[in-house]
Amino acid sequence: MERPLTEYIQPGRPPLDLKGYEMTGGYAAVRKVLRGMSPAEVQQQVRDSNLKGRGGAGFNTGMKWSFVPMGRDAPGPKYLIANADEMEPGTFKDRLLMEGNPHQLIEGMILSAYAIQASVSYIFLRWAYRQAAQLLRKSMEEAYAAGYLGRNILGSGYNLDMHLHTGVGRYMCGEETALLNALEGKRATPRAKPPFPQVSGLFGKPTIVNNVETLCCIPHIVNKGAAWFKGLSYSEDSGGTKIYGASGKVKRPGAWELPMGVTLRQLLEEHAGGMKDGFTLKGVLPGGASTDFLTIDHLDVKMDYTSVAAAGSRLGTGTMVVMDDATCPVGFVHNLQHFFAQESCGWCTPCREGLPWVEKILLSIERGEGREEDMQLLHMHTRLLGPGNTFCALAPGAMEPLQSALKYFGEDFQRHIKNKKCPY
Amino acid sequence: MPTIHIDKIPYAVKAGRNLLEACLGLGFDLPYFCWHPALGSVGACRQCAVKVFKDGQDTRGKLVMSCMEIVKEGMLVSIADEEAAAFRSQIIEWLMTNHPHDCPVCDEGGNCHLQDMTVMTGHNYRRFQYKKRTFLNQYLGPLIHHEMNRCIQCYRCVRFYRDYAGGNDLNVFSAHDHVYFGREKEGVLQSPFSGNLAEICPTGVFTDKTLKEHYTRKWDLTTAPSVCQHCSLGCNTTAGERYGTIRNITNRFNGEVNGYFLCDRGRYGYAFVNSVNRVVQPLLRHRAVESVDDVTLMEALTMRMAHQKLIGIGSPRASVESNFALMQLVGKENFYQGVTEELAYLEKRIVDVLGSGALHCSSLGEIAGSDAVLVVGEDVWNTAPVMALAIRQAVMKKGFLANTTVAPSPLDEISACTLHAAPDDIARLGFAIAHLLDPSVPPVPTASEEIQRTATSIAEALRTARRPVIISGASCYNEALIRAAYAIATALDPTERKVGIAYVLPECNSMGLAMMRAPSIDAAIERTAFEHDLTVLVLENDLYRILPAKKADDFFRRFKNIIVLDSLNNLTTEKATVLLPAATFADGDGTLVNNEGRAQRFYQVFIPANQHIKESWWWLWKLHTALTAASNGHECHPDEVLARLETALPQFAGISRAAPPPDFRIHGEMIPREPHRYSGRTAMLANLSVSEPKPRQDSDSPMTFTMEGYQRIPPSPLIPFFWAPGWNSVQSVNKYQQEPGGALKGGDPGIRLFEQKAGADRVLFTDPPDAFAVRDQKWMLLPQHHVFGSEELSGTAGAIGELTPAPVVALSPRDARQLGVVEGTIIRLRMDQEEVSLPVKIQEGLCNGVALAPAGWPGMAASNWGTWVNISA
Amino acid sequence: MIIYKQDNMLTEAEMQAIDHEISQLPHKKAGVIEALKIIQRHRRWVSDESVEAIAAYLEISPAEVDSVATFYNLIFRKPVGRHVILLCDSISCYVMGYDKLYGALQQQVGIRFGETSPDGRFTLLPNACLGCCDHAPALMIDEDLFRDVKVEMLDVLLSGYK
Ligand SMILES: Cc1cc2nc3c(=O)[nH]c(=O)nc-3n(C[C@H](O)[C@H](O)[C@H](O)COP(=O)(O)O)c2cc1C
Ligand code: SF4
Ligand code: FES
Repeated sequence: MERPLTEYIQPGRPPLDLKGYEMTGGYAAVRKVLRGMSPAEVQQQVRDSNLKGRGGAGFNTGMKWSFVPMGRDAPGPKYLIANADEMEPGTFKDRLLMEGNPHQLIEGMILSAYAIQASVSYIFLRWAYRQAAQLLRKSMEEAYAAGYLGRNILGSGYNLDMHLHTGVGRYMCGEETALLNALEGKRATPRAKPPFPQVSGLFGKPTIVNNVETLCCIPHIVNKGAAWFKGLSYSEDSGGTKIYGASGKVKRPGAWELPMGVTLRQLLEEHAGGMKDGFTLKGVLPGGASTDFLTIDHLDVKMDYTSVAAAGSRLGTGTMVVMDDATCPVGFVHNLQHFFAQESCGWCTPCREGLPWVEKILLSIERGEGREEDMQLLHMHTRLLGPGNTFCALAPGAMEPLQSALKYFGEDFQRHIKNKKCPY
Repeated sequence: MPTIHIDKIPYAVKAGRNLLEACLGLGFDLPYFCWHPALGSVGACRQCAVKVFKDGQDTRGKLVMSCMEIVKEGMLVSIADEEAAAFRSQIIEWLMTNHPHDCPVCDEGGNCHLQDMTVMTGHNYRRFQYKKRTFLNQYLGPLIHHEMNRCIQCYRCVRFYRDYAGGNDLNVFSAHDHVYFGREKEGVLQSPFSGNLAEICPTGVFTDKTLKEHYTRKWDLTTAPSVCQHCSLGCNTTAGERYGTIRNITNRFNGEVNGYFLCDRGRYGYAFVNSVNRVVQPLLRHRAVESVDDVTLMEALTMRMAHQKLIGIGSPRASVESNFALMQLVGKENFYQGVTEELAYLEKRIVDVLGSGALHCSSLGEIAGSDAVLVVGEDVWNTAPVMALAIRQAVMKKGFLANTTVAPSPLDEISACTLHAAPDDIARLGFAIAHLLDPSVPPVPTASEEIQRTATSIAEALRTARRPVIISGASCYNEALIRAAYAIATALDPTERKVGIAYVLPECNSMGLAMMRAPSIDAAIERTAFEHDLTVLVLENDLYRILPAKKADDFFRRFKNIIVLDSLNNLTTEKATVLLPAATFADGDGTLVNNEGRAQRFYQVFIPANQHIKESWWWLWKLHTALTAASNGHECHPDEVLARLETALPQFAGISRAAPPPDFRIHGEMIPREPHRYSGRTAMLANLSVSEPKPRQDSDSPMTFTMEGYQRIPPSPLIPFFWAPGWNSVQSVNKYQQEPGGALKGGDPGIRLFEQKAGADRVLFTDPPDAFAVRDQKWMLLPQHHVFGSEELSGTAGAIGELTPAPVVALSPRDARQLGVVEGTIIRLRMDQEEVSLPVKIQEGLCNGVALAPAGWPGMAASNWGTWVNISA
Repeated sequence: MIIYKQDNMLTEAEMQAIDHEISQLPHKKAGVIEALKIIQRHRRWVSDESVEAIAAYLEISPAEVDSVATFYNLIFRKPVGRHVILLCDSISCYVMGYDKLYGALQQQVGIRFGETSPDGRFTLLPNACLGCCDHAPALMIDEDLFRDVKVEMLDVLLSGYK
């Protein structure tokens, strides 16, 4: 089984430096592209590889790039941004990639920037990732020194600058338009689309925002081709491998690179080692805090975009949070809603006012002060905070675990209300 | 025109508009918060949700925010859709979770967009069971009261204050359900447009603090359409009264003039009407009992005026009617303007060029839509604030701005090109630009390199503009600026673009007075030096603001009788041998001509308790008939005065059409000044008499002082208040417009007296002034205008008085060094006939050789502006 | 705890750092967040005076700086202790029992979320997911991350921060 993204990542060991990275074939893709591929060819290859964005929405990456205006008259400078804000509770895959092989991300960014002819790139890194920051900074210096970044890269005439920006904490910064505002030194509230960032993004210029994992795939696609990449996947749905992860009361919490489309059961049983002794599985958020619960009935679902969606959830970030039978689902969901309510940017009404209400209801249910009407109110919120009703996807994301918890663990809620206390 | 289907009925709507605007324009009641016609859509509140269907087969549809969707041909929309309606009502419930529900004690109550929308969506039962979050309020100065708990986070305040008006001391803080709108620290709001927050805020977070002191609900106010008296722009206002005092001023939409917004001088200047300093009683001075009744007064007056030569001094702040009535009384040859010679000369120039018809005179609406604005020497920010706001809109829409002024101005921040120089040098720049645009204008000799360079870049921008506007004005007392602006405007080839010109004048009826083409006060002084048996009538004009005290004293000494008509006591009224109480805009009718040449009528808001208070034109007409025994006590209406004016002075042709005549009726009904919910009518005077008095009649206008009359939308000049069923707040203005944000139904109010005429002769000005030369030990004294304090009437108002900056003399850093003075040193200014001592302010960016003193400051007569003064430390 | 009034002037070092950041941006204003971070690095928290200093340096209004400063979680607009403990309270740490750590911290340091110990040593704050859910529960003290934290470890762990 091939593990292109993590092949050279060894837990507990410092990541490869430039020399080491080059010895493993690093920056070969940059040479290849700069010597003889046009931006359009790179775009096409990525499109053909069927790489879908790993930031959660799962949009075809090559297609997204194709909306960027190209050619001499295109407005500039254009920007490429690596979304390394990873703040979705339960998600830790980008950290692994950045701490494990920073040059891989840098190389992916150079290739992607070239494909859209961006001249400036940013890594928008969340504040808490101190180690990643250090490693990235060092690797960027090496890349500059080796002529992979800066002016006239490898004598090709192509210029690219790269900056590391560390955020100051807000989940919203991960939403791509809010991220642009944050990079511009503003409050991280989302922007209306259209115009899409591909046309008018950072400082009003064409901009691509891609997830770290998405970008890390690019060097491999360039090196080994679209067909190879597509073939890595078990599923038609998207090419490549995926970093999956699991946290919660499993025997071996962690993250693993596996072919796209492994089943939930394989992940849980083979890779995470099954539940800790004394605990049984009750539910799982398959792709981070803003995805719907799956249950023991879904263990054979293939973990790709379409299959997870068919099962009523989202692949999201592919890092799952496992809920065991000793954890109170009401408390669990309350914890999530507390997070979302706190992280609402405060721009649109349903999210700003609805989430705190939901949070308060859940807390009162958890404390045994809930009323029958509260269930209706919760249902109502899950309906009305749906996609399109709020300005961005934060609130709809927040509703996913709640609506599925009401569906699968409704009895738990009822018991709280009836017994006027938490049964856990 | 695309056709859209709303709840299955087709409507033709204007292309390019959003769905919310289209629905409102069609008369649908669709709730909204964050959208505002002047601020546009941002999609934050989610209140305006409707359903949109893909096609006839689509039965589920999709919720969309109507403010964010542009209308498309064939669009299938549902407002009535159950899901959409439920969502809209849910938005209100969400917004109200933390709202204090304090309508009974909230100033916004009855004038509240949030109340209206709450009722509109049908939300009425509260399910939120938890504690509300609460905020601390801030002190924001004397104009605006802050009550943050009422906030519904529509972001309209910051979008107006920061984006629209350019203020930077109000902002949004924190995040999630803690977002807070206010200042970083408590303190006075710095923008001179802050008062608009009271109207832009859909609920009671920002309210009019001066109203609070004599609070009255909107439905209990008697209101009338009015025109701002505090600068030459003539912004349309609504003035509200209860119990004989003016309670507030709000914006009255006029798409061509002020649009949705006023400046704070205009909004808060009204306090002078309620002032204890009002003249309320006719006085015959030097009698045992000075205050007299009408009969005694008239007898005394006719006796005193008989066999006297009458001299009339008009006023730029009195109505056209009053000035003309005075002219009629004293005779044309005895009527003087009541402004200095310099100002009269300069204003005559303005009237000449605008009257020539060679150029189009721009409205504020046109300035806001211009793609290149050049300001030639005028401190627009301080002399005509709402024009500055219009200029800002032009710049926000990517228009070019070049701001050239004597001293730095807040507009500099948004101008592509600025110059700070002495007025003559700015005029030279203007001529240099004109030369570049039209080589037949001779070049400016010995123009400095800076002037050449600036001229080139401005000329370049103007040359590519489609709708350029050149702005200048009178505030520098420099006539060359007027010519320069004209020269530039005429140098622009009109075949390729629509060129506009705008001049700012000092006062609310400066234009109306100047159009009468009478000589200045200096001419009156000269003429009266050797005449005897003179009686002077001074109309609403404090000559001590114009002339040095000694000169004014000398002047008054020449007259046997000094008859003064004014509303506030001042140094001139003290000289009066006969003093007549003049009505203000609130207790009288009249017409003003604004800087654009737009004649606009203001209407009496209430009949003052003191029956002696009458419009000046009423007094003057009465005197006229008494003296000539002409009219057997026939009362006169403004329209009759105006009709005579049109015959006597043809330049005013059309002015009587500025508003409907007094006998105008709709279905036989008059227009009520009181809304139909006006309360307490039978009780409010019960302490005087238990029987309800007969309503006061108004024979001067088609408006009544009652709540009875025509209840729907009146002609635009007669709109006493904005109200529509379900729309109690000012947002109801949408219903009065042809389309949301567009002109009022029937056209925006006012009659333009200057029209561009095809083939009109262009006067050619080709003579630039000499370069300004700094003199040794002498400074050119120029006025520094301030939004607060420079204008006479508003300057007396409490809140505005509080904001008036302390008087200082500004000098350039170099000049201060030369004089050996530092910031705050008291210096003595020696002018022609007087001396004053004031502290120094050292002003970066001010050119050398000029000294700026506060305009309108009582110690500084206007005749000093533009003169050379001595300064000693 | 003594809170020193912060200067409303920037130091040479602070200015240099800010200059460096804004040199990479199309306009100065875009450097607000960077400037706030720099000030916080030098002064531990951002006082009103510091907000004014930044505003003056970037030629924007204090309201604009504060609007941004108050939006973000990790700009401290109130004084903090010498060391800031950020305890992850998000979902994986919730499942793995962060509340026990919180209880223990309350006992050992004597402060709750949002408080600073009287000796000025620690400020305790809740923090959203630290991104090491596979090693929950986790916490950060200043810049140091601690994973798989158990109550028994706290003593030793805290003793490293004086
Ligand atoms: C509230 C919110 C938070 C998000 N946070 C992240 C994040 O931390 N990292 C990320 O890559 N994408 C995040 N996203 C998704 C991004 O908006 C965007 O879709 C993604 O960066 C695109 O990259 P991709 O095409 O490579 O997936 C977030 C979205 C929302 C609505
Ligand atoms: S859903 Fe609305 S309030 Fe929530 S984060 Fe998005 S824009 Fe902000
Ligand atoms: S008015 Fe449309 S979202 Fe606020």
